[in-house]
Amino acid sequence: MSTKNKIEKVNPGNIPDKTGLEQVKPDEFTTLNLGPTHPATHGIFQNVLKMDGEIIMEGESTVGYIHRAFEKIAERRPYYQITVLTDRLNYCSSPINNMGWHMTVEKLLKLEIPKRVQYLRVIIMELARIADHIICNSVIGVDTGAMTGFLYIFQQRESIYDIFEELCGARLTTNIGRIGGLERDFSPKAWAFIDKFLNEFPGKLKEFENLLMRNRIFMDRTINCGPITAEKALGYGFTGPNLRAAGVDYDVRVMNPYSSYEEFEFTVPVGTQGDTYDRFMVRQEEMWQSLSIIKQAIEKVKKEPAGVFHADVPEFFLPPKQEVYNNMEALIYHFKIVMGESDVPVGEVYHCVEGGNGELGYYLISDGGRTPYRMHIRRPCFIYYQAYTDMIKGAYLSDAILTMSSMNVIAGELDA
Amino acid sequence: MENTLLATVGDKLKAKFGDAIISAEQHYDFPVYVIRRDAIYAVLQFLKEDEELAFTFLTTMCGLHYPDNKGQELGVMYQLHNLPKNLRIRLKTFFPVSDPTLPTITTLFPTANWMERQEFDFFGIIFKGHPNLKRILNMDEMTYHPMRKEYPLEDGTREDKDDKMFGR
Repeated sequence: MSTKNKIEKVNPGNIPDKTGLEQVKPDEFTTLNLGPTHPATHGIFQNVLKMDGEIIMEGESTVGYIHRAFEKIAERRPYYQITVLTDRLNYCSSPINNMGWHMTVEKLLKLEIPKRVQYLRVIIMELARIADHIICNSVIGVDTGAMTGFLYIFQQRESIYDIFEELCGARLTTNIGRIGGLERDFSPKAWAFIDKFLNEFPGKLKEFENLLMRNRIFMDRTINCGPITAEKALGYGFTGPNLRAAGVDYDVRVMNPYSSYEEFEFTVPVGTQGDTYDRFMVRQEEMWQSLSIIKQAIEKVKKEPAGVFHADVPEFFLPPKQEVYNNMEALIYHFKIVMGESDVPVGEVYHCVEGGNGELGYYLISDGGRTPYRMHIRRPCFIYYQAYTDMIKGAYLSDAILTMSSMNVIAGELDA
Repeated sequence: MENTLLATVGDKLKAKFGDAIISAEQHYDFPVYVIRRDAIYAVLQFLKEDEELAFTFLTTMCGLHYPDNKGQELGVMYQLHNLPKNLRIRLKTFFPVSDPTLPTITTLFPTANWMERQEFDFFGIIFKGHPNLKRILNMDEMTYHPMRKEYPLEDGTREDKDDKMFGR
């Protein structure tokens, strides 16, 4: 993180000095600090831009303002305590991060997860994806000056957070699920909330689309704004909606299915130009696909034996509190889990999930101890944000703002 | 299928680079190859440019530190992906902490730019030829590389907190 303040000359080209106009050098550039805290960047990012009038000639990104050393902290925590760290990566879709972590540890432990749990997890993850895309797309609208869509659609995000609250008690940083399953079954109230959401959401999403999708002003503003070619995007390690907007149909859910995604029918939308409008459209279509996945998952859950919400792994899944007080075996397991005494095999494992922004991967090295020996997180934001200065070169400042919001750069995921 | 991937890539690498390939093992769903440091750039270039293998996508890379492996303390893990065929492999290379240098791979994969800066920041691995090798997440004034194992997470001089029994 650079702390150097780079404002050296403010607009030297246009200010005539005392000796007269012959001193003016019109080819000198203005240095502009966009950030670290700027209302248009939706997070703490600094970009030092070299401007020629309103056109960006060059930029330099500085990141790390909310770096919290998760990889180091994880080396001292038992596996179940690391879930809370993953909440704070992409905090717009924490449940996906949580599930990704649980699945990584389950892969290391070679646990078999019941089908019903896998479907319940799919429901949670797709709800989180919708919440994530709602934020990104409505904020693209706000940055183009269209506040209305944002205000309308955010009510639906609220409904999703109500569902999360009913499922796990938390709304934003959820810490949802446990290694081996979920901490509790979906309550009847949660199912009612999900039903209500599924009934309301299509109409509201359609309304949102009507406001923006074929809106002449919005299209003129976003088409050809911050484009990136497929080759460049791959070179820069893009994944997720941003890569798909550039025309590459890479989706972890299809390529490396986890949590039974191979049983679901859905299409992977792709764009052509990789510009802001394509990124908007890809996310928009993904919300419809997520909706259909949730409906399929609910049908599948109905066919599975009711009441199963975790695998039978007493070594890793906490027993019910009532049993801990009354049952010796449960007490022993409770103690073992809380003190991190469960046996963990030696090995290294990588598991990735399709996060809100792309391939979210956890690389884990276990030496058999109670904490990971090394944990590395492949954070999609961190990897694709380095292309940002390249993408805004030659663009207007207002387009740069729009490019950033359409890439959905989340500070938590960027800095880990 | 996984074991055949381990063998096919391993055989190709062995035929081309001989004893620069120190080991080839399967770890869960990933073939893992340990490569000698002086060959790592050539191996990555070969894997990327070979028409059959075509590992053109660098998924991630991260630094490793094993202070007990004398002479091989530091390491770097690279993870490559062949997107059309959906094949994934992992490469590792180890080197002494007294000479923590590696060739940069930003010329092969532009995305390695920030990844290498991150590993420089946290492990002090110097990537030779990197266009802009400076700290990325930590502050510039920092004088050490915090992910190395000799830096404990908590202050070792504290006496009010005894963690001998619990925690690493």
